[in-house]
Amino acid sequence: MSIVFFILAALTVAGALAAVLLKNTVHCALALTVAFAGLALLFLKLDAQFAGFAQILVYIGAVAILVVFAILLTRGSETPKDGVYSRGAIAGLVIAAGVFAVLGWAVLQSVGGLPHESGPAPAVTVLQIGQALMGRYVLPLEIVALLLTAALIGAVIVAMHEKEEAK
Amino acid sequence: MSPLAGYLLVAALLFSVGLAGALTRRNAILVLIGIELMLNAANLNLIAFWRYGPHPEALTGMMFAIFSIAVAAAEAAVGLGLVISIHRHAKTTDLDAMNRMKG
Repeated sequence: MSIVFFILAALTVAGALAAVLLKNTVHCALALTVAFAGLALLFLKLDAQFAGFAQILVYIGAVAILVVFAILLTRGSETPKDGVYSRGAIAGLVIAAGVFAVLGWAVLQSVGGLPHESGPAPAVTVLQIGQALMGRYVLPLEIVALLLTAALIGAVIVAMHEKEEAK
Repeated sequence: MSPLAGYLLVAALLFSVGLAGALTRRNAILVLIGIELMLNAANLNLIAFWRYGPHPEALTGMMFAIFSIAVAAAEAAVGLGLVISIHRHAKTTDLDAMNRMKG
């Protein structure tokens, strides 16, 4: 438990809190980007370089931009007059607090210490990841490729303008 | 507290924040943001267990996280496409106002 970990954890959690609490939707998207960046730094701290840079590329580079586009296209940056929280907000808060209590209790109650925990960082190179993706995990990789293609086409069709039903 | 427990607690906190956002906000895009935060918390758990688990050279947790990132990207694209489509029909992204399935 180093000081770097605490700084990164505080940055990530603060970004996440700002993303769900701020009133202006555009500010929420920017805070979400901060949370994603903090998560990518946490991945790098865990010696998972590939996952960290994939996180930066996919989440900061694509998902955050997509969220900003969606907010601007739907004019969601205008704060509604009757508040930003839904009718069941209190129940939602209670549920979230309960989930955190259960998860935190489970983590703190568990007998600590996996055997590898104090050992050196695992020496995993991108070469090994690529060979695993092309070898043992080639079928899931192809399925993800198919899923991404289907999701791309589906998203375009869903968001496409329907001319005949316009009026 | 062991390092693994620290990461697991951060992931639990992130998951709860995302869940609170998904359950309390009325803008559909903010609900999607909460879902993304929950997915990311799960990814942090996977990477932490990969790093501190017994066989990191088997790359199992890392592969889980990479595939999860890819699936989350597809989910975000389709979800935001749906929000834009609904906004075009109903002229709102307020989830409390979307109480009909008929367009």
